[in-house]
Amino acid sequence: MRDFEYEAPTSLEDAVALLSENPVASRPLAGGTDLIDHIRTRRLEPDLVVDVKKIPELNVLEITDSGLRLGAAVPCYRIYGDSQIATSYAAVADSCRIIGGTQIQSRASVGGNLCNSGPAADSIPSLIALAARVVIAGPGGRREVAAEDFCTGPSRNVLESGELVVEIVFPARPQVGGSHYRRFIPRNEMDIAVVGVGVDVELDASAGTFVSARIALAAVAATPLFVEAAGAALVGQDVSDEAIAAAAAAAREAATPIDDMRGTIEFRKHLCGILTERVIREAVARARGEETGYRIGQ
Amino acid sequence: MAKQRIISTTINGNAVEFLATPRQTLLEVLRNSLDLIGTKEGCSNGNCGACTVLLGGRPVDSCLVLAVEVEGACLETIEGVASSDGLHVIQDAFLGQAALQCGICTPGFIMSSKALLDENASPSEEEIRFHLAGNLCRCTGYDKIVRAVQQAAEGETN
Repeated sequence: MRDFEYEAPTSLEDAVALLSENPVASRPLAGGTDLIDHIRTRRLEPDLVVDVKKIPELNVLEITDSGLRLGAAVPCYRIYGDSQIATSYAAVADSCRIIGGTQIQSRASVGGNLCNSGPAADSIPSLIALAARVVIAGPGGRREVAAEDFCTGPSRNVLESGELVVEIVFPARPQVGGSHYRRFIPRNEMDIAVVGVGVDVELDASAGTFVSARIALAAVAATPLFVEAAGAALVGQDVSDEAIAAAAAAAREAATPIDDMRGTIEFRKHLCGILTERVIREAVARARGEETGYRIGQ
Repeated sequence: MAKQRIISTTINGNAVEFLATPRQTLLEVLRNSLDLIGTKEGCSNGNCGACTVLLGGRPVDSCLVLAVEVEGACLETIEGVASSDGLHVIQDAFLGQAALQCGICTPGFIMSSKALLDENASPSEEEIRFHLAGNLCRCTGYDKIVRAVQQAAEGETN
């Protein structure tokens, strides 16, 4: 691997200062599962790697009255290992359980998955569906962007020189709500999404009508895609096959995938519809507290 | 060149200090500096799991960890699995079930299996297969490995 310097600051201020000194040639390191491989293959050539795992703000993982705070460096296993998060913010836990294998989940973080900004990133549709906001710190201070506005292209995002993601914040959960993320891959695990779908729904007190819904897709556009129209197709509708089919049609319509070794445009658009229907049904079932028998790999 | 640093760790229960530059992976240091060559290099990009070690009790691909990151950490490698009394129950089960042929993947599988059984003493077959998805074996076809982990979970010895 090429030569670089390594620093492991214990405060956010120090991290921002280090990253700002030479923003072009420095990179933050969380779990390293993308970064170390990218340095080894020379896709990235940093002179300085700033390990952010010793910064308290980036390790926060807590549910408060105002919602969930997820520090950018928190590894996947801590997220799905927290039973309250796995229940209340289920889509994020679903994502974290299928990013890489067990070894990767010991290290990889949602913040890193977000900053890697892959169109097929498994955590990002869940962040978008759950209306997460990304808290960014940099030389100019702090700012927040909505999860759906973070990625700007393959491996590209809104981070500017010297900036890093501190945490991802999610609003408090509704009384009757459920979320889910699922992807299609030809294997059972350890693969990149051909299509991924994240859904969050809120139902009325009788759990019979959609109050709000947010739907996001992975691997069907240059960035993870928020499909506002798909959620809008559900709002105010009774939970029914027709309403769910209308949302799935909107998702299929919004997808602009490419042909590649993982799937054709036609196949990916078809999958968008099928998966969106299934993921909405799972999110509804979770909102209603019903057992659905969903297992990873289905 | 970035300077070497002194890194203090605990490896298999022993306090160990070593020198490393930031560009060296944990895998490189284990094998090339510490002579712990039981940990194998496979793909070097986090797909095959041959280099799995336990870092703070969690399985990690040591090819995707910088050696300088493990300052103050507790590591377990395949060299620490057997005791002076003999093989660990997992190693015994791998032998008994013929769960290896060429052996390159075996240390990684044993470390991943140990992490699983430390956390879940009686995993289902599905849980075993899912947990071991980050370890690749091109010889056995996996069934024998799964049976070995099941045997180890039942605490049977040969």
